Amino acid sequence: MSSLSRDDVANLARLARIDMTDQELENLTTEFGVILNAVARVQEVATTDVPATSHPLPLKNIFRSDVVIPSLTPEEALSGAPASEEQRFRVPQILGEEA
Amino acid sequence: MIKNSATEMAQSLSSGATTSVALTQAHLDRIAEVDGKVHAFLHVDAQGALEQAANVDAARARGEKLSPLAGIPLALKDVLVQKGVPTTCGSKILEGWRPPYDSTVVTNLKNAGVVILGKTNMDEFAMGSSTENSAYGPTHNPWDLTRIPGGSGGGSSAALAAFEAPLAIGTDTGGSIRQPAAVTGTVGVKPTYGGVSRYGLVAFSSSLDQAGPCARTVLDTALLHEVIAGHDPKDSTSINAPVPQVVAAAKNGEVKGMKIGVVKELNGDGYQSGVRQRFEESLELLAKAGAEIVEVSAPNFEYALAAYYLIAPSECSSNLARFDAMRYGLRVGDTDGASAESVMNMTREVGFGREVKRRILLGTYALSSGYYDAYYGSAQKVRTLITQDFNNAFEKCDVMVSPTCPTTAFKIGEKANDPLAMYLNDIATIPVNMAGIGGMSLPCGVAPEDGLPVGFQIMSPVMQDQRMYSVGAALEAALLTQWGAPLLSQAPSLDGAA
Repeated sequence: MSSLSRDDVANLARLARIDMTDQELENLTTEFGVILNAVARVQEVATTDVPATSHPLPLKNIFRSDVVIPSLTPEEALSGAPASEEQRFRVPQILGEEA
Repeated sequence: MIKNSATEMAQSLSSGATTSVALTQAHLDRIAEVDGKVHAFLHVDAQGALEQAANVDAARARGEKLSPLAGIPLALKDVLVQKGVPTTCGSKILEGWRPPYDSTVVTNLKNAGVVILGKTNMDEFAMGSSTENSAYGPTHNPWDLTRIPGGSGGGSSAALAAFEAPLAIGTDTGGSIRQPAAVTGTVGVKPTYGGVSRYGLVAFSSSLDQAGPCARTVLDTALLHEVIAGHDPKDSTSINAPVPQVVAAAKNGEVKGMKIGVVKELNGDGYQSGVRQRFEESLELLAKAGAEIVEVSAPNFEYALAAYYLIAPSECSSNLARFDAMRYGLRVGDTDGASAESVMNMTREVGFGREVKRRILLGTYALSSGYYDAYYGSAQKVRTLITQDFNNAFEKCDVMVSPTCPTTAFKIGEKANDPLAMYLNDIATIPVNMAGIGGMSLPCGVAPEDGLPVGFQIMSPVMQDQRMYSVGAALEAALLTQWGAPLLSQAPSLDGAA
């Protein structure tokens, strides 16, 4: 059955954009061994002839007319921002210095 | 006054025996008296509640036609946004955030004149079965303050059981309304998926999440159900059809000729003896009331838990990507020269708790290339099999029933370090979410061995929610005759608790 190494878990944390301490990685590696064994049971009955269900309702696109309706003001939209400037979200640098 | 049902409170309001301001103040006083011990609330909006109560009293004085629940106080789970009122989802990452808009559930409550007392505690982002995963500390079960009130909506269920509010809103992704109701001796309903708008409900697992009503009686729950339910153009998964007639069903409580299917797989090994005993006695009461009890089988339910713990983490890993420290919420490490990515990494490390991180990583793994088919893909197939089990069973019966949970409330801390043991609490509630059908839990007594409440679960087909209210009301009436007083009158009094 599946198991993950500490490096695998560290890679998942990187993909999920979460810094983790050594202790956290250690704990999660142990826990994932147990959890993955338990959830892998789905493979026992998931044969190729069974269709997948992603959602309880038959989903279809819902359209509305392209008309302006009341919405948040810029001040309201920015009211929870950690930082803002000139009616925009201010974010840390997203490109390297040399870029 | 605070120990009455919402229906009785509404009668006192319409007869002029009391006012909404007095009723609201009585509940605020009760919160001040007992919430130090229970910790059901994360935020109490006393001023907003009293203002809204005064508005309802003024409208009543002007002779305006009011909705049946106008002026009645309610506790709102902190996962639904209310304009200007702090919404944390039990997480540090949203500490101090005040949403700039109302969820549709809140809009519907406000339009009906329901008075929102405040926001209730929950497992962080609704991930958990005990409310121990809240970043703001656990909620305590009013039946025994050393025990859990269920989760994720333990704040809402505890508020009802401690008489801090007669009505509450919960959300149910795998049992987060029904399991807390079961372990606190209250009533909770997960409506059909799409029956209540998810607009403004902070998403955990979008294909499973559903907001629903909680109260101390079946009729109160039905009244609240009709207030919050209905089609919403702002939610593309909202069902565009009339709301099931749940109030009429709850008032009628008629089960003569109904076929009630007992799920063979959800009652047996692993279920506490007192839970099974109360469940069996309830079946006898329903048979006496004229229902026909039949056994139904759902062979794939045993895979529901495994499928749930792949589907829900997968969807959560995607949904919680929005907490990126850029547009709202916590931001950590934004020093000169720090990159956006390092700020994101640091913020999510500090802002998320242990269970949330565990599920985000599990979901990231289940969706990753090379493992997708084995995990997420297989789980989606199990979802099909579970839905087929329900469809087959509903050909033989009108509703399906089971105990809501395998055990009564466990001790705070007892399962905190064993995620799998914690997940097992939801073994009987998860299939309902997988198929998107309706589910109710109502109290059916206390287990003889520990004196703690036991929940009876009723499941009804898609958009046939009225059926579970008929059965729930019939069982509630039969039990009340037996007990002579509501079950919560057996709970310890918290009066004078500091």
